[in-house]
Amino acid sequence: MGRYIARRLLWLLVVIFSVSLITFAIAHAVPGGPFSREKKLPPAVLKQLNEKYRLDDPLWKQYVDYMGGIFIPRITQGEPITSYLEDYLINIPLGEYTLRWMNFGPSYKSQSRTVNDVFRENLPVSAELGLYAFLVASLIGIPLGIVAALKQNTLVDYLAMAIAIFGVSVPVIVLGPILIWLFAIRIPIFLPTGWGSLRAEVLPSIALGLGSSAIIARLTRASLLQVIREDYIRTARAKGLMERVVIIRHALRNSLIPVVTVMGPIFAFLVTGTFVTETIFGVPGMGRYFVTSITNRDYPVIMGTILLFAVVIVIANLVVDLLYAWLDPRIRYD
Amino acid sequence: MGVVSQAAAAPRVKELTRPPTSLWADAWRRLLRNKAAVLGLVIIVLILLVAIFADDSVVAVFTGRDPQPLLAPRHFAKQSLENNNAIPYWLTHVFPTLKPVGVEGGYAKINDTYILGADYNGRDLLSRIIYGTRVSIAVAIVGPLVSLVVGVSVGIVAGYAGGRTDNLIMRFVDIMYGFPDLLFIILLMALFRSTTSAAEAGTLRAVLTGVDNAMGGMFFIFVGIGVTAWMSMSRLTRGQILSLKQKEFIEAARAVGARDGRIIWRHIVPNILGPIVVAQTLNIPQYISTEAFLSFIGLGVQRPTPSWGSMIADGASAIRTYPNQAIFPALALAAVMFAFNFLGDGLRDALDPRLKGTD
Repeated sequence: MGRYIARRLLWLLVVIFSVSLITFAIAHAVPGGPFSREKKLPPAVLKQLNEKYRLDDPLWKQYVDYMGGIFIPRITQGEPITSYLEDYLINIPLGEYTLRWMNFGPSYKSQSRTVNDVFRENLPVSAELGLYAFLVASLIGIPLGIVAALKQNTLVDYLAMAIAIFGVSVPVIVLGPILIWLFAIRIPIFLPTGWGSLRAEVLPSIALGLGSSAIIARLTRASLLQVIREDYIRTARAKGLMERVVIIRHALRNSLIPVVTVMGPIFAFLVTGTFVTETIFGVPGMGRYFVTSITNRDYPVIMGTILLFAVVIVIANLVVDLLYAWLDPRIRYD
Repeated sequence: MGVVSQAAAAPRVKELTRPPTSLWADAWRRLLRNKAAVLGLVIIVLILLVAIFADDSVVAVFTGRDPQPLLAPRHFAKQSLENNNAIPYWLTHVFPTLKPVGVEGGYAKINDTYILGADYNGRDLLSRIIYGTRVSIAVAIVGPLVSLVVGVSVGIVAGYAGGRTDNLIMRFVDIMYGFPDLLFIILLMALFRSTTSAAEAGTLRAVLTGVDNAMGGMFFIFVGIGVTAWMSMSRLTRGQILSLKQKEFIEAARAVGARDGRIIWRHIVPNILGPIVVAQTLNIPQYISTEAFLSFIGLGVQRPTPSWGSMIADGASAIRTYPNQAIFPALALAAVMFAFNFLGDGLRDALDPRLKGTD
């Protein structure tokens, strides 16, 4: 098991490295630099800007410097000094020294801010939204799937699956405007835009999470139906266990294993895919910032966001695989 | 699942008396018994017809004149600024917050010739929704083709070749899975779109850009979908092939001296077609929503070509005052997504009846 985890972590590094290389290549293949504007900047200014951000260096050097800034931890003496070139996401004080790690570099667009400033300001909001949506997805999806399976081929089942197919079919850009109109304008219980209060956070969380709840509901139902037909469930019933015990202790536990495997990708998808929801509901997260940074060719913001989200995705998948082994003792990694 | 095992799995005595039918004819019969799937199919056919006959370009191509609106009341780009944001009277009953001029606090212009209202440029919403079917239908047809061609061929190569090739390809698929989908496609579109202005004549870039412009910006959307959607297809194909490779009929084919190409085309592809068709049909809503999402953030179809995504984006910014501008294109998008989901579910049940009722 330990060797398996070590191998996976090593593979994680390979993935992150490849993702960063591909992203870097694409971002720099976009013609025009971050400072080419409709109205051209004076050559002297442009030269100074390029010098300031080291854009005249050869591409490989820019890449190596950039990756070095992120991955190589540094130890500095005394109070950490933060400047537009040196701003670390993680600062761990060790007596009179400080361990500093993850410098994502300066943002070209907002010249006084670093990418880490952008992360500190916007990322928590996106993460919160993704997390709430994940809660919505699980809290609606799992119970719905269980009820549908236990009442298979009844009205309850059909109704639950109708809700599920609705959820799968209606993307955020459809659900968003409809929810806003129904529950923020027609019946003003919630706020149509913003973030930071419960009234503002309910609608975007539902809009984002409902689609995934449908996937979870369908999978839970399918898996539970399969487990209920197994011999050991018949055995459990035959030895006279109460139906409740049969379902909860024997059926449910095993049926949730495949559900857990999709929870990882769904979690990653929700946390990294908050863009549309943020735009529709005016949520001040990473989403809108990312889109504008693309049009502004703000490479460090683009790279940083994709890298960070890639880490989330890869780790979510790793956690799921480990959970899988823990939940189902028949699975062994070695 | 081979054709052979399929028949063996359901040995019903009664059915043996009827003439043998192929897997596909059987599936079609089962599909027609599924009401939801038939409904989905009907909606899709209707929308396809609407897309084709939105204007008379079918005829106009041959006569050489500009196409005139046929099903759509107006041309999608026809503006009438004095009618901007106009609404027909019946909408005030549907959206009670939408108050016409004349009532207390009223602001909306009434013009009953716009059946669903007009947008901020005075363009007819209904006409734009009708023309918008073209983009969605095109994505629904080409999206699967692109991901089929790329995904299935990669999957076949990996699964059939096995060994080091397989390992290498699958590791690359793993890496591609590491990308956050939405961010990656945004980045790709930014790359494609920005080269549009900078391309020099005669280069590959200029040719691609020309193709894209001729298609109203659709070409790069297809490429973007292809790049981000092939991985799951190739994983599915590879898995199917790995299990097929062990089957006796493949061994038999090899024993009589069939070459690799023949084994793949005659023996493997027909047997993996079922799951692939089902997976692709279920993926279509995802392609459609990807296009809508790209157009929503302004990286999709080029204006003024109407896409439901960009219409929803325009409408969402005015949702307090003119909810109709976002809600109607949203409903259209939802209808198409429903239809393809119904059809996909139906196809799965029809092609593999053993799965019926379990998922």
